[in-house]
Amino acid sequence: MKNRIKDLFASGKGNILSVYYTAGFPTFDSTAAIATALEKGGADIIEIGIPYSDPVADGPTIQESNKIALENGVTLPKILEQVKLIRKTVKIPIILMGYVNPVMQYGIERFAKDAAAAGVDGVILPDLPMDAFLAEYKTTFEAANLSNTFLISPTTSEDRIRKIDNETDGFIYAVSASSITGAKGEFADTQLQYFDRLKTMKLKNPFLIGFGISDHATFAKASSYGAGAIVGSAFINVLKKSANVASDSEAFAVSLKNNSKS
Amino acid sequence: MKYTVNEKGYYGKFGGAYIPEMLYPNVEELRTRYLDIIYEEGFQKEFHKLLRDYVGRPTPLYLAKRLSEKYGATIYLKREDLCHTGAHKVNNTIGQILLAKRLGKQKIIAETGAGQHGVATATVCALMGMECIVYMGKIDMERQRPNVERMRILGTTVVPALSGSMTLKDATNEAMRHWINNPTDTHYIIGSVVGPHPYPDMVARFQSVISEEMKKQLQEEIGNPYPDYVFACVGGGSNAAGAFYHFLDDEHVTLVASEAAGKGVDSGESAATTALGKPGVLHGSKTILMQTEDGQVVEPYSISAGLDYPGIGPIHAHLFDVGRVKFVSATDDEAMNAGLELSRMEGIIPAIESAHALAALSQFTFEKDDVVVVNLSGRGDKDLETYIRWGKY
Repeated sequence: MKNRIKDLFASGKGNILSVYYTAGFPTFDSTAAIATALEKGGADIIEIGIPYSDPVADGPTIQESNKIALENGVTLPKILEQVKLIRKTVKIPIILMGYVNPVMQYGIERFAKDAAAAGVDGVILPDLPMDAFLAEYKTTFEAANLSNTFLISPTTSEDRIRKIDNETDGFIYAVSASSITGAKGEFADTQLQYFDRLKTMKLKNPFLIGFGISDHATFAKASSYGAGAIVGSAFINVLKKSANVASDSEAFAVSLKNNSKS
Repeated sequence: MKYTVNEKGYYGKFGGAYIPEMLYPNVEELRTRYLDIIYEEGFQKEFHKLLRDYVGRPTPLYLAKRLSEKYGATIYLKREDLCHTGAHKVNNTIGQILLAKRLGKQKIIAETGAGQHGVATATVCALMGMECIVYMGKIDMERQRPNVERMRILGTTVVPALSGSMTLKDATNEAMRHWINNPTDTHYIIGSVVGPHPYPDMVARFQSVISEEMKKQLQEEIGNPYPDYVFACVGGGSNAAGAFYHFLDDEHVTLVASEAAGKGVDSGESAATTALGKPGVLHGSKTILMQTEDGQVVEPYSISAGLDYPGIGPIHAHLFDVGRVKFVSATDDEAMNAGLELSRMEGIIPAIESAHALAALSQFTFEKDDVVVVNLSGRGDKDLETYIRWGKY
């Protein structure tokens, strides 16, 4: 079966830009407009966040966007409807990212079926541990042709990275630092050493670097080690201040990609 | 032990370690080492010496004669309220600080709701000369000012949790975020039988000293280590886990967990998790929690800040699921009345948390020779403001 994520990485494309934003933020209806604009601006993947009341891995920026999105009335069924709408025009891979509890409440099988039908290509659930994924999710996700992405961090052991690589069919999300989400400045030497280590491990899956990507410089630097990078909080900050989310989203994607070979 | 945690960290279908990868190495280090460290002879010696000389254990098992007369049974109170710092919480913090030292950690973080666990953590950090940060919801800091100052006097930094509803669940989120950001030098002392495996099991083991003592004391008192009933209140459930622990396999002992019904189970202002919750994931484990249909965590309510938690520990979710523990609930009214009753009849002002366990007594009909133990988890000093506001005395 075709999967847009697998196709994208199989194409050998570098400098892949994956942009995260929270569904229903800043307004309930902005989800679709942002997706269209990001694709137009050159984003390669969009990650749509399922807002959650208790986002433990997220810093203040994404926490706030989650809170506002929930106040705007966003629920998982409504997000799936929005994705269906987005899929009418948007061709790039769409990933749903969120915490495991809302997915569990929706029902794992029902979620996999409905997400795939809406046009979702992959899922990232940072608080779903590998053992639970293998026991309760893997078969269902595979049957629905949903790619699952695990996170690794600088403190993840080499053994565990290999294990995660083995259970992955798509890409690995390399968290750039031992931290929660949030835009920071330049990468420290220890982070670059970690990226180097990943590069030399010759994993079977490509990796995208996330956490701390905020501008073209950090995007380009991260992309020089992995297949590309993921930006989240920096984009949420743009949306927060935006008077026109469509044009600002497009401009944001353009500015991240600017000067990088694609 | 058929009700304890399995190798994979589960109690039946509950438990596990639902944590982001950034926390995995910390939790994995704990998981692989906690049992070896805790059961090492030197650890046990130091732990029990501190429990005796510093905490004041064993705590008395007191025969409450007038209460017994009223309820028509032989009622004992396990006096955890007499522990140093005023509640059972310190049993766990002593254990975890000794563990943190052996793991080579230099800094301690903790979350607190009412402030009892925060004070117990600040206390052991002062004792061991370790740096301590306690996260506390901004709203709880306003509600529990004396405990905030106690922590500060003890040298702890209290950081207000400003996210979400600014109460215990958010303080827990903030502590987890701090741990993600500081993975190597910091140990997170969780205050209840919640969190990712091995925390629920580890905290239950440290608190199990409560039921271990009960058994010995009952043997001396009545010539039999087994009561007919054990009552305990449940927020996250650490005092209940400790009070039930050594009776779990003795099915003839009826174990009763009393949850906070707030203004009534169906009032919309309640913390009765088993009555209102569904299985899901909260703070790193699969358990029963109060949530919306869409899986968003619901903010609970109780007059007792220590029971004001949207989940219960996975061990309790399992004990509820298989019917080993009988879950009941008491409203604010019922708990406050029970607290005043104990004050007047036995000269003991209980913590409002513990008053919920006492309030459950009237929901049972006892035989005259029934032996009942109520775990009196804490003293009411911290709740004076609430008692005063309540009036009716």
